[in-house]
Amino acid sequence: MHSKHKKMLILAGGLSALALVGCASLPSSAELDAEAQAMMKASFREQGIAKMDRVEQDLAQRACSAENQPDAATQQRIEAEQMATIKWPAGGQYLGDWREGEKLAQNGRGMTWTDAAGAPSGGNCYNCHQISKAEISFGTIGPSLYQYGKLRGVSDPAAPETAAIVQYTWGKIWNAKAYNACSGMPRFGHAGVLTEAQVRDIMALLLDPKSPVNQ
Amino acid sequence: MRNLARTAVACMLAGLCAAPALAQTSSADGIAQYRAMLADGNPAELFEARGEDLWKTRRGPKNASLERCDLGKGPGVVKGAFVELPRYFADTGRMQDLESRLQSCMETLQGLDAKQIAATPFGREEQKNLEGLVAWISAESRGLKFNLPQAHEQERRSYELGKRAFFFRGGPYDFACASCHGEDGKRIRLQDLPNLTKNPGDGVGFAAWPAYRVSSGELWGMQRRLNDCFRQQRFPFPGYASDVTIALATYMGVNSKGAVSIAPSIKR
Repeated sequence: MHSKHKKMLILAGGLSALALVGCASLPSSAELDAEAQAMMKASFREQGIAKMDRVEQDLAQRACSAENQPDAATQQRIEAEQMATIKWPAGGQYLGDWREGEKLAQNGRGMTWTDAAGAPSGGNCYNCHQISKAEISFGTIGPSLYQYGKLRGVSDPAAPETAAIVQYTWGKIWNAKAYNACSGMPRFGHAGVLTEAQVRDIMALLLDPKSPVNQ
Repeated sequence: MRNLARTAVACMLAGLCAAPALAQTSSADGIAQYRAMLADGNPAELFEARGEDLWKTRRGPKNASLERCDLGKGPGVVKGAFVELPRYFADTGRMQDLESRLQSCMETLQGLDAKQIAATPFGREEQKNLEGLVAWISAESRGLKFNLPQAHEQERRSYELGKRAFFFRGGPYDFACASCHGEDGKRIRLQDLPNLTKNPGDGVGFAAWPAYRVSSGELWGMQRRLNDCFRQQRFPFPGYASDVTIALATYMGVNSKGAVSIAPSIKR
């Protein structure tokens, strides 16, 4: 066979192979899921405090990683599991200092690969929520928390009739997924972003009748 | 010029901070306003001029220019290439965005080490040169509409993987790209967030990058933009031109089909 013909054959073979690849149908959705998981592990590397365990998902993360929410049974399972992780405050002391809470709410720092190990994190609250009237630079990803305690009738956070809302608020900050499986809110206590003392201060910002939030 | 731009933005931001009434209007209005103020002097132009020079200059161990680099529309074709990236390249057998493709060309044509470029911190050495190149190449598609090819199986696969990466929750805050960019009309503080699950409009989101960042005086390509998103998501560090970055760009780029590119734009 002349070399010219050989070349043409090779070319034709190459083209049909290309056409095959081009027309090939996509893998199944489950196969793509597995491929995406492998891609997430292969594409990242650790940097500073941001280690590779951050792309290892727990059930709450994995089940809420799609356009649509998981089925009701899965959501209930997540909420029950997350509820069990909530650490209630020592001695039933729910509220700290709202002034410290405001500082934490303003602070969006912490836990990135440019943050030092052991550096305390902020609460990131204003990034997503309106909170006090005075701060006009607030985000809208979460609902407004302006007058959070006042609107819920909390005039004495220690009174028995306010126990339910006080406990819910603690639980929501500690682990938002206990109340809404695919909540967009971080699990501040559960994930170790905020300490128990910091959560108390943010509680005071929201619930203390003297806090500017409730004026 | 850099100082001028910074001063203008500082004034703009000061204005926003001082007047509550102004702050209640969309921050996009404010941004559009200072963008207009700077329209005649976007410092990205300096990067563009440098990028055009770099494209035509013989460099590297092979003492060659990039003028035969194939950005997807044939060797040396620059105009219109940017708005069709990322795409599948048969010679490398993979999906590539602009920065990934430039690395390939710098290696094959100029003899530079692509791995070493990928490992270089942003803004230094060959990464500094890439800033100029992406500024110029994207500017050659300014005013054109995004139209990423989806004919090849790898292109459709990359879109599907990018979509999954976009919704992937992880890290100590459980954040995904979708946490901030999955709905219309949301903000972080006063910063408007484009909804990147669909076409967010001309010159918005994917259609606004690369961009000159006034706050840092740097030119950021999509790779650096995504890198900083992942930092703020509290994720580990995404490899430069890694598969997840290409897949996400494919997802956003295909979603932006028909959006007019204004890159390189100017950002706070």
